[in-house]
Order: sequence, then C-alpha cells, then structure tokens
Amino acid sequence: MVNDDRTTTSAPGTPPDGPADGAPDRAPDRGPDRAPLLTMRGIVKHFPGARALDGVDLEVRPGEVHCLLGQNGAGKSTLIKVLAGVHQPDAGDIVVDGTPVTIDDPVAGLRLGVATMYQELDVVDGLTVAENIFLGHELASGGFTRRREVAARTRELMARLGHASIPPHREVGRLSAAGKQIVSMARALSHDARVIVMDEPSAVLDSEEVANLFRVVRDLTAQGVAVVYISHRLEEIRQIGDRITVLKDGRTVASGLPATSPTPELIQLMTGRSVEFAIPRRAPVADDAPIVLDVDGLALHGVFEGVSFTVRAGEVVGLAGLVGSGRSEILETVFGARAATAGLVTVAGRPVRTGSVPAAVAAGLGLCPEERKSQGLILDEPVYRNVTLSTFARTARAGMLDETAERAQADEQVRALEVRPGDVARPVRTLSGGNQQKIVLARWLVHGCRVLLLDEPTRGVDVGARAEIYALIARLTEAGAAVVVVSSEIEEVLGLADRVLVVAEGRVVHTGPADQIDEHRVLDLVMEGSAA
Amino acid sequence: MTAPEIVPGAPAPADHAPAAQGRRTGLLHGPVARNLGLVIALVAICVVGFATAGDRFADVDNVVTILRLAAVTGVLSVGMTFVIIGGGIDLSVGSVLGLASVWASTLATQTMANDWHWIVMVLCGLAVGAGAGLVNGVLVAYGKVVAFIATLAMMVSARGLAEIIANRRTQVVKVPGFLDFFRASPLGIPMLVWIFALVSVVGWVVLNRTTFGRRTVAVGGNAEAARLAGIKVQRHTMYLYALAGLAAGIAGVMMLGRTTAGSSTNGQLYELDAIAAVVVGGTLLSGGRGTIVGTVLGVLIFTTLSNVFTQNNLSISAQAVAKGVIIVGAVLLQQRFADRSRAGT
Repeated sequence: MVNDDRTTTSAPGTPPDGPADGAPDRAPDRGPDRAPLLTMRGIVKHFPGARALDGVDLEVRPGEVHCLLGQNGAGKSTLIKVLAGVHQPDAGDIVVDGTPVTIDDPVAGLRLGVATMYQELDVVDGLTVAENIFLGHELASGGFTRRREVAARTRELMARLGHASIPPHREVGRLSAAGKQIVSMARALSHDARVIVMDEPSAVLDSEEVANLFRVVRDLTAQGVAVVYISHRLEEIRQIGDRITVLKDGRTVASGLPATSPTPELIQLMTGRSVEFAIPRRAPVADDAPIVLDVDGLALHGVFEGVSFTVRAGEVVGLAGLVGSGRSEILETVFGARAATAGLVTVAGRPVRTGSVPAAVAAGLGLCPEERKSQGLILDEPVYRNVTLSTFARTARAGMLDETAERAQADEQVRALEVRPGDVARPVRTLSGGNQQKIVLARWLVHGCRVLLLDEPTRGVDVGARAEIYALIARLTEAGAAVVVVSSEIEEVLGLADRVLVVAEGRVVHTGPADQIDEHRVLDLVMEGSAA
Repeated sequence: MTAPEIVPGAPAPADHAPAAQGRRTGLLHGPVARNLGLVIALVAICVVGFATAGDRFADVDNVVTILRLAAVTGVLSVGMTFVIIGGGIDLSVGSVLGLASVWASTLATQTMANDWHWIVMVLCGLAVGAGAGLVNGVLVAYGKVVAFIATLAMMVSARGLAEIIANRRTQVVKVPGFLDFFRASPLGIPMLVWIFALVSVVGWVVLNRTTFGRRTVAVGGNAEAARLAGIKVQRHTMYLYALAGLAAGIAGVMMLGRTTAGSSTNGQLYELDAIAAVVVGGTLLSGGRGTIVGTVLGVLIFTTLSNVFTQNNLSISAQAVAKGVIIVGAVLLQQRFADRSRAGT
C-alpha cells in the first residue's frame, strides 16, 4: 500500500537524510512554494511533576495532511491541546497566516480556524446531529433557534462530508462511532476551520469506515483545509499523509519528513535508544521454576478471547499491542476487575474466583492500573494510607486500625524505593508521577503479592524514576515474583520481558522469547492484526 | 491467602531518619484550621447572644436547652457525615426518623413494651431505621440507582408508610419505663444530650480509628482505586446507608422520648438540617474528606443561632435567612480551602 497516488499534493519536504539530528525544517520555501498556514516554534509546556513539551516545532501548510508521530507520552496530546487553546504554552510562538497569535481558550482557537477532533469524541449523545454541530454557536434569533436554517446548513455540511444520508434531526447517540466522527468533523467545518486536528480518528473505525474517512480527508485537503493527523498505524500514514513530524520526549526530533520515509527510520526516531541501557540484565528463568500464574482460555465478550499464558516464578511476561487492542483489559480481567466471560485464572495451583478483586488480592495478585491517578491513588489522602490501602485491615486488631504499624510499613517502603520527598504524611497529590507510581508499587510490596500485573508502569514517569522502577521489577523477580507488564513502548516490553505476547484486536497473535523478536516484527504483527 | 514473603530488597534498617512524622498541626493546615473557624463562628454567635439577651442566654438552663434541641439533629448528622464522606447523600433520614418514631409507638409495640420491657420500643425504632437504610443501601450499591433518587424515593414512601401506620393520629406514649428513662438527667444533663455525646464519640472513633472508617474515606475519595486495592466497595456503600438509617432510628426514638408522642410529621425537613450541618462542618459533598467534630460544631452553630434569634423574639423566617447565609458562607470558605490545598503545599 506504499504506492500511493497523492504524494505530490504538497512538498516532499526536506530530504530525509540525517533526520536523526532532529534538525527542524528550515526550508519552508522549497517545494510548491506554499506559505505555511500554521507554524509553532519552540513550544514549551511544564506541568507540575510531569513531562510535557520541551521545545516543539510544527509547520503545517494549506491543503496537506500532516502526520504527528510519537510514542505515548511523547507530547502529542499536549501539543494539540496547546493548539486548541486548552493549555497555554510557557514559551514559544504560534503563527497563523504569518501573524503571531496567542490562543487563550478553545473559543479563540476556533476563531482562528483551528478545530480539534479529540480521541474521545466530544459529541453529546442526547442531542441531534444539527444541535451537536452548532453547539456553542447556535444560529438563533432572540433566543429561538432558527430551525430551518440550522437543518439546511447541517444537510449542506453532511453532504460535503459525503454523508447526506444522515438526517439533521437524528439523535447522535443512535449513530455509529463512524457517524459520530462525521458529526464531529462537520462541527469543525461549521467553524470554517482551516486546520483540523484529528487525534487517532481511525482507532474506533473498521477498514471500510477508515476508507471513507480518508475520502473525506482528501476532499477537505482539496478544498485547501490542512489536516493534522495523529495515528499509531504507520500504514495509514503512508496512505493518507503528506509529511510527518516526529515527537519524542516532548521535543521535535524530525519535521517535514515525507510520508514515504521507511518504517525502520520512523521507529528509530520515535523510540530512540535511551531506554535499553536503563533496563538491568536478569538471569534467565530456570525451566523448572514453578508456574505461579496460569491463565487459560480467558475471554471478555467483545474485547478479547482465547487468551492463555503462564508465568513462572521469577519470570517477566510482556504484553505488546496498541491502545485498544485489549491488552489492558486482559490484565484487568486476570485481576478480577472485569468479569471474564470464559476462562480460568490459577495462582500457584489454586483457581481464583473470576470477577472478584478481593479474591484475586487474597490469592496474591496485585495490579498497578493504567490510570494511576484515577484508578490507583486516593490523591488527597496521605502517602502512608495509600501504601496500606490493601493491607490496613491486616494490621488492624478487632477492626481498630494500627496507624503506627501502617506508618512504619510505609516508611520502610518509601525509603527502600527512594520516594522523594520521604514524608509519609504528605498528600499523595503533591508527589511527582514517578513517585506516585512507586507508592502504588509499594502497596503491593507491603501486601507481599506473588503476581504483579503492571499496566504502563512508566507512563508519565521521568527517566530517573523509570530506571528505579526497572530495578525494582528485577529485584521482585529475583525474590520469586511473577510479573506481567503491559506497555505502549514496545522497546520497554522487549527489554523487560523474558517472553512476549503480541496482542492485536483482542487476540494473542504471537508468543515467544523476547530476545528472538524485535520491534519491527512486533509492529508488523500488530499492524497485520489491525488490518485483519 | 497466605502470601509468601517476597517483599524485595532488605529495606535499609532505620537510621532514625525522620520516621513517621506527626501530621502537620500548624493552625493554617488541615482540618484544624477549618474546625478553628467553626469554633470562632460559634463563639461569635454566643457573644452576640450574650450581648443581646444577656443572662437569659448565658443561663445554664438555656445552654442545656440548646444542647437538648441539638441532640436529635446531631445524631442524624453524625450518620449523614459517614454517607457524605463515602461519596453519597441520604435525603430520607428525616422521614425514616418519623417512621421509626411511629412504628416504635404503635399500640402493638407499646403493649408488648408494657408486657415485657420498654427497651422493645427502642429496638423497634432502631430496627426500622436500619432496615430502611439497608433498603437505600441495596438500591444505591447493587441497584446502581443514583443516591439522590433512591433516597428521595425512600423519603417520600417512608413518610407515607408512617402516615398509614399512624392513620394520621398522634400516638401518645404511655410506657412508664420509657418515659422515665428519657426524662432522667444524670449529672444534671438530659438523657438526650448524653445519647448525642455518646453517638458523636462512637462516630468519631469509628471514622478515625477503625477499618470501617478508613474504608469510608477510601470509597469516597476514589471508589475505583479502593476497588482495585481489594476493598468491597459495593458492600461498604450498603453499610453506609444502613448506618445512616440506624442513626435516623436512634433519632426517632429520641424524638419519641422528647415529645412523648409518635407522629408521622416527626422529623420533617430534618434531612436538610443534617446535610447543612455536615457541609458547614467542613465535609466535602464530593466525598473523601470530613470530620465528626466539624459536624458536631455545625449542629451547635445552627441550634445556638436559632436560640439567639428566639431569645430576641425574632421570627423563624429571619432565622431561615440567617441559616442560608451561613451555609453559603461556609461553602465558599471551604472551596477556597480546597483550592489552596490542591495547589500543593
């Protein structure tokens, strides 16, 4: 699918030689000589305790599809939120049509002609198609909506998007995901958007719907609208994209690459090579090590099926796959947080009642959930109570808490894991992302679990804390724990795991030793699975 | 469920580094500051009372009266504090109070009480309250009905049931043991005040010192995190509503003792007084944070305020306006506090 009939809509951009230097595109006047519609230069954005943007450049020309590539946490979402006016940058310039601008809020963004379609579609299910499109800028006189005009303009917009069949008065909740996306796009157009940002628009679509999406995108660009397109699927980018900007760790590492750039080069740019060094070498797992976790034929209706694997004592098994492939759901189902529709989970030879977190915890399973803040921590409670959240009943006597023991346990972990600051009475909210993650880990260390399920253990965690978390995983396995790791960073999964399961579309498409597979092969498997 | 000891890395032996430091107790930190504000408010109201009504206000009898009037709402509010910290709300406690007072004083119950022991009436009231609360809890926790709606339904139907049972008549209590018990004033302090004090102390201990209290804060602070840590969130939520119902049952029996009559109109709108006291006392309506001390102070503030107004022959309507102003003022302060603590220390 690399042969593609529209690579010449705009400039091939800078030649692909030496993009690893991260040289920003300095040649905007080359090619078919179209002045950039939108330029972002040196954008910096800090969040307390979290890595964000650290000098991002982006240049978008009219009528092009500009792809934004980068791993999770590279700063793509933050960048488009800066562009939409949701976040204000701490430094950097934004130029639209040659005029420097500041985008103070989402309304200002829309006024400048920048519309964003977020990954979680921001349509209101209870309203009609027309009401959704004109939400926030209703066509009204004296408080009454001009229904006929609204309907007419809605029909016009839907026709422009090739979906004249969707009536304006249809309730949006009754549309498919693809239909909702069209509504979201129509809303962007209703603002006379000249730049439309699409955050993983294909994630929720099947292949036919993706084809239609691409047709719509081509129509838009033919009309001079620029599209900033975010996707993890490289094949898609080949098909629809004109130029690529690659982000890594909050910086632009390459900009204006042609969409035809070879995959290895793009993956190299996205991942860098920094992670590998931080992952400590571990001794290979003995073949006779006892099987601690045995997952057999696990299924969750409509999400994944037929998932079977075992983890030996001291072994790390990695699940690689895209967001939405079912990898997080597999962990949550093993942990009982979701009720499996089929299958069996056995810990150290004993079956665990499915669909019950307390049963899983009692059996010795522990989960560090994907969304640390919303699923892992009680942010306003002190550190020590978060550490002992699974064990306070164990130290209690006759229902009366033993806070002294809890503080001592927490204190011990906080020092062993080098949590900074080390004050266990501090609210967890005030800690950085990496230290918050250590608190969640500490909870299961205090509990003393046999199987640790880690979902994105290093997301939003800085490099130093990352290395500490890797070291901790190594220590855990030395002590005989079984570990299952899910990460969006394939390199991290391959580096940490002894064995890797590649998950695509809710199925395990490959199982094998981590040292006999590389990132390209994993990506190939993932893409094949997604295309199926 | 014995887990093997695989906790890694011998943790560095304590070098007597700053181990478990005490909590910040600075006046500008944490719950102390909020409760201090409440104490100041209460003192201010007392000063106004003394200035305007003099000895009539400062009289020991009057202080006892204030406490006696605070007792019933106070017990309701302690139960309400648990539900709100746990992330819920209970609109039914006033009606459940009424139902408990009626059920505990029916002819049948009183006859049984006379035949056997007056404690039957008390147990009946508590059982009715806890039972109604349990229904709320099952609906909210397992039926996934929004707390506001489930308890609104209970509020309406418990009141209706009370009317059916009482047949819209007032049921006078004629059980001597029961009446004597509630008429007594050990150490010069009325029984109702003793009960309020006892419930408050037990409430404080349960909230701050027991696993039940810890679960309550965890469930209200982040239900999903609590669930993934292995806490039985649904079951605990059910218990919280049962507890609020039990408190309403106790309050119903206290009401019966105070007025010596069971009536289906008992406790009307008390749920709002209880919620107001809890919120003014610094408990976050969104859950996860709150104190029993704050709630007790909140109850005392409202009761004292109403006493000051009565002493000065001001109308009930004026009292209502003042109450409203206090509620809004307290919530505004609370939000400012929440913003400040969220901005980091």
